[in-house]
Amino acid sequence: MTDARRAVEVIWRIESPRLIASLTRLVRDVGLAEELAQDAFVTALEQWPVSGVPDKPGAWLMVTARHRAIDLIRREQNRDAKYTVLAAGIGDEAGADRIVDEPIGDDLLSLVFLTCHPVLPRDSRIALTLRLFGGLTTDEIARAYLVPSPTVGQRISRAKRTLAEAHVPFEVPQADELPARVGSVLEVLYVIFTEGYAATSGATWVRRDLADEAMRLGRVLAGLLPREPEVFGLVALMELQASRFDARGDGVLLPDQDRRRWDRTLIEHGLGALERATTLGRPLGPYTVQAAIAACHSRARTFEDTDWEAIVALYDALAQLSPSPVVELNRAVAVLHADGPEAALVALDAIRHDPRLARYHLLGAVRADVLVRLGRAEEAADELERAAALAPTQRERNLLMARSAAVTESPVLDVGGD
Amino acid sequence: MKVLVMIKGDGADEDKVAPTEAMFEEMNAYNEQLVNAGIMLAGEGLQSSKNGAKVVWDTSGEVTVVDGPFTESKEILAGYWIWQVSSLDEAVEWARRCPSTAGMTSTLEIRPFFEMEDFAKVVSPEVLAKEQALMDRVKEQHG
Repeated sequence: MTDARRAVEVIWRIESPRLIASLTRLVRDVGLAEELAQDAFVTALEQWPVSGVPDKPGAWLMVTARHRAIDLIRREQNRDAKYTVLAAGIGDEAGADRIVDEPIGDDLLSLVFLTCHPVLPRDSRIALTLRLFGGLTTDEIARAYLVPSPTVGQRISRAKRTLAEAHVPFEVPQADELPARVGSVLEVLYVIFTEGYAATSGATWVRRDLADEAMRLGRVLAGLLPREPEVFGLVALMELQASRFDARGDGVLLPDQDRRRWDRTLIEHGLGALERATTLGRPLGPYTVQAAIAACHSRARTFEDTDWEAIVALYDALAQLSPSPVVELNRAVAVLHADGPEAALVALDAIRHDPRLARYHLLGAVRADVLVRLGRAEEAADELERAAALAPTQRERNLLMARSAAVTESPVLDVGGD
Repeated sequence: MKVLVMIKGDGADEDKVAPTEAMFEEMNAYNEQLVNAGIMLAGEGLQSSKNGAKVVWDTSGEVTVVDGPFTESKEILAGYWIWQVSSLDEAVEWARRCPSTAGMTSTLEIRPFFEMEDFAKVVSPEVLAKEQALMDRVKEQHG
């Protein structure tokens, strides 16, 4: 592969989101915009190996693609009234050059609101966001999700068709709509991140790239929405969780992690993002509160140094913002460390018969640890066996069975909380 | 992947060109691009080498302290960034866009950080565990 060819590939990743965003504003169709951007890159592939890569490749591509867009609109305007309207707004070629230097922020923002639009099913939002807002190729997305490339390709073209048929406008939503639409974008990024974060087997490094990309897109979004605390909260949450990737390895729990292997650069950046989220002077959301909990762990030099009182208070806040039995379960783990096993057992028994936790193995695992500390080893062993029967993977099943066998032998086991 | 990007200049040029407001603005605009792209994790600038010192060992282990400035040195570190990028090619493309100073040579050296996977590809788990134990000791010594 020639240098110019390699350059074109990375420049696609860097420039294509801005290019497609700007072209979508012009032609009002994200599918057409993507084709125009691709045409411009094909031209680059033909010319750059001969002429060299231009000093400002982004500007070169923008001008090339805009000229094509204007040609297309002029050709079509006799046939279709829609294009006459568009053509009236764009001016001449000098205009295209001038437009290159215009700020692009609102276009990029409109693009990500489009790719995460609620009219699309979740899988399509993910694929379209990675492709158009992230600049990934269909092959890269397919590799990361371990699905065949044509599947991703179809998902993307269907999504573009849906957006066109539903006449979804290319715009930044109005203030009253904004919180819900930002929520949809954040959800897509966090789902992409957890796909990478949760992976414990197979092509782990590919999955880690997915988590990296979600963090990067979160930072891009934070630049575009500098007054939205939850965007910074999500960035902080992802970075603080990712800082433990190496230490976690193949499933090492928080109390057993070697904290010297935590990524200090990510922790510093994540704590900075959290600071920003909490000082914007606006109500905090669930991502920020979860990031604040993660930060309590990041700040603790050892597991024993963890500020569990603060974590209990943060879980109280989280339970208010987004009530769920899983939040209560995590709160009970914090209560165990802050106030001891008696208090934790009270907290656990309050949610023990919640039907939403009936098949959740971690309830039994946590309750067993509390029972062990209370010296009720027999009950703990039973609890662990029941939990093992509910565990989703063989690996977890084996771990729980081993713990069940161990509690009747050695009295105290440690419990993780994250 | 995480990369360290070292900004280097020629020791002879170090105090030749006083930084101007225009240079600061240009660098600021570049840093803003890096932040907007979501790749910038950290970055800092270093004072002139006249405020620094070197500790040098020769082949026999003899130690010498050399005070700055290091005018003879071809590559003087002036600052660094830590970027999170998808590939070395992407880092190179971003580095190419860095503003330069007329009349001076400068270098951006890009070096990926080791990740545990990199070790796992080339050494056995036993050697890896030993290496990790060594790194742990180093970190203990430095707090």
